[in-house]
Amino acid sequence: MNKIWLVTMREYLTRVKNKTFILTTLLTPLGLLVFFVAVGFVMSTGSDTVKVINVTDASNLLEKKLDSRDNLSFVFTDESVETLKSKYKDGGFDGILEVIPLKDSLAKSFTVNYHSDDQLAMDENFAIQSTISDKIRDFKLKKLNLDEATLKSIDTDVTIQPFTILKDKKISSITTIVSSAIGAIVGYAMFFIILVYGSQVMRSVMEEKINRIVEVLISSLKPFELMMGKVLGVGLVGLTQIGIWMILMPLIFFIATSLLGIDAANMDGINTGNLPTEELMMSSNGKIAQVLAEIQGMNWYLILPLTLFYFIAGYFAYAALFAAVGSAVGEDINEAQSLTLPIMMPLMFAFYIGISAMNAPDSTLAVWSSMIPLFSSIVMPVRLPFDPPWWQIVISVVSLVLFTIALVWLAGRIYRVGILMYGKKASFKELAKWVFYKE
Amino acid sequence: MNVLSLRNVVKAYHSHIAVNDVSFDVKAGTIFGLLGPNGAGKTSLIRIITTITGADSGQVLLNGEPLNHLHPNEIGYMPEERGLYKKMKVGEQLLYLAQLKGLTEKEAKIKLKTWMVKFDIMNWWDKKVGDLSKGMSQKIQFIATVIHDPKLLILDEPFSGLDPINANLIKDEIYQLKEKGTSILFSTHRMEQVEEICEDIVLINQGKILLYGNVNTIKNDFKEHLFSIKYEGDLPSVTDHLGFSVLEKRPNEVTIKVTEGVSSNQILKTLIDTNISILGFNEILPSLNEIFIKKVAQSNE
Repeated sequence: MNKIWLVTMREYLTRVKNKTFILTTLLTPLGLLVFFVAVGFVMSTGSDTVKVINVTDASNLLEKKLDSRDNLSFVFTDESVETLKSKYKDGGFDGILEVIPLKDSLAKSFTVNYHSDDQLAMDENFAIQSTISDKIRDFKLKKLNLDEATLKSIDTDVTIQPFTILKDKKISSITTIVSSAIGAIVGYAMFFIILVYGSQVMRSVMEEKINRIVEVLISSLKPFELMMGKVLGVGLVGLTQIGIWMILMPLIFFIATSLLGIDAANMDGINTGNLPTEELMMSSNGKIAQVLAEIQGMNWYLILPLTLFYFIAGYFAYAALFAAVGSAVGEDINEAQSLTLPIMMPLMFAFYIGISAMNAPDSTLAVWSSMIPLFSSIVMPVRLPFDPPWWQIVISVVSLVLFTIALVWLAGRIYRVGILMYGKKASFKELAKWVFYKE
Repeated sequence: MNVLSLRNVVKAYHSHIAVNDVSFDVKAGTIFGLLGPNGAGKTSLIRIITTITGADSGQVLLNGEPLNHLHPNEIGYMPEERGLYKKMKVGEQLLYLAQLKGLTEKEAKIKLKTWMVKFDIMNWWDKKVGDLSKGMSQKIQFIATVIHDPKLLILDEPFSGLDPINANLIKDEIYQLKEKGTSILFSTHRMEQVEEICEDIVLINQGKILLYGNVNTIKNDFKEHLFSIKYEGDLPSVTDHLGFSVLEKRPNEVTIKVTEGVSSNQILKTLIDTNISILGFNEILPSLNEIFIKKVAQSNE
């Protein structure tokens, strides 16, 4: 046991002290932030030069009002289109927007002419379209003797309020959405953590084998102890990294939002258009409060420990498999690819089932997969926020524990033979034989 | 007192038998040679002794006790294929390996400092092994093998890849450890080293023991009664009646084979009576190399 701990500490410390580890751990959240800010920046800016557009509006449909945008500046003029066209050559403006008088006040379609040798960009097009469409809308409202409030009273928000019959649980309309979101986050995290740290275990095994230090090591301790120490050490590195990220990410997000002055409510305002800001604030605040209440209402005393359990058991099962594969690889690291295929398949499969379980947590596929080891460590955590029946959780936990123990034992059998085999990589047939080798 | 005893050890890998009924004893405080051509079963045997694998049948006794899980701490093993973590620093690495052998961190530090001062490599402590030359990392490997004061030291081709200076350094260390009472099992196929260092040897081929015993006894057993004589004067052309035959003749030197039952003293006496003056008279003993090749060739037939 003491020797397992020595191996664990070596694996842990050499990794954690590694410059690459420190950099990726610290820079990944920062990189993500930079990425999102950059994406936001790219998305928010259109063309950078300001276009001056002369507008002729003979029927005064727009009432000389057209809001200028970042890159569009409108100038109302009484000059005719022909006069403006002759002036176009001299410059001073980039195009002429000709608003043709509206003939049928309730027309479903309306055409505006734009004269220029340069085409309008997509977003400029949209901007002009929506502004004119809004203006015509106001115009029509007046014409029909309607006001904004009357019109709004036509729209109705429909909510489906769920109630339980046998189960005693308060659920609300957004329970499903919140559960899906939590499930999705956990599912993705599980998949990547198992994949990333599992393959680190594999690489570590290969390194020791190719270095030939493994023979020195196993003359000091049992191969199984070495394998377990390694799996534990890398697992701890994983927990450390995730822990640091869980602290850093919100911190960086907080600092960034306060520094850049990004305001979540404002962002919403852009999308929702003409809703009065106050009302919008109310509703979005209300939604946030509802989501928070929903999150608090989750049975975290069950979800958190179980998720941690699935992470640990799933990681152990897959990491042991990765270790066994690492031991079977010969001199060349590239050979690992084909041997990892049987590990990648259940992992990918579980991942996709997990995604579908997000939408249909009680589908036959999701229910069965959440009780089958190798799948369950990803699928069950996705289903947990949906409050699956307790007997499914029990079957899932028991089968996963038994299966993981069996798998670690099996991997240990392969590992102990594999690390001493040099030359070409082993076939699956040979791996199967190794399991039955005597000590 | 035997530090290591093997009794009828057998190890088979599916189709072929790597170790076939091998028994021998390593006396405490001696250097023992484990010889054999490549693929003879030396590594399989060493892996059984170091508890890396188990024997199918037979018994291995360390200090009279059957091998158990505590014994690895009393054995130091340097495999033929050297291996260290390339990216780990020398000091950290040796401390780790020493602790795996059961030393506490404190003990390991003290021992390690002693060895590094001895080899005058204290300034390597923070160097990465990958940055060291081959000879340098061999020294590190040697320290890793002996740092926990093993009772039994198993060295597989310890001099391969070493320049003569470093080879001598390691050789001196081996002798010093032996003086302190460490028993050494020395596996090699380089016979001149065995003749120089080992007291007892075992020669195996295809998993079986071909020869086992004291180096000098074995050499005596294989002697062919050959002598080399340096002389001045004329040697009689017919010598059979004198009790020997000439195998090879060079100016003023002959190699003779003494007829069985005739002693060297008798030959010398006869020669003194002839009118040549004798300058040298030596017995030619077979080298272990010759015995090795002869025995292996015989067993392969």
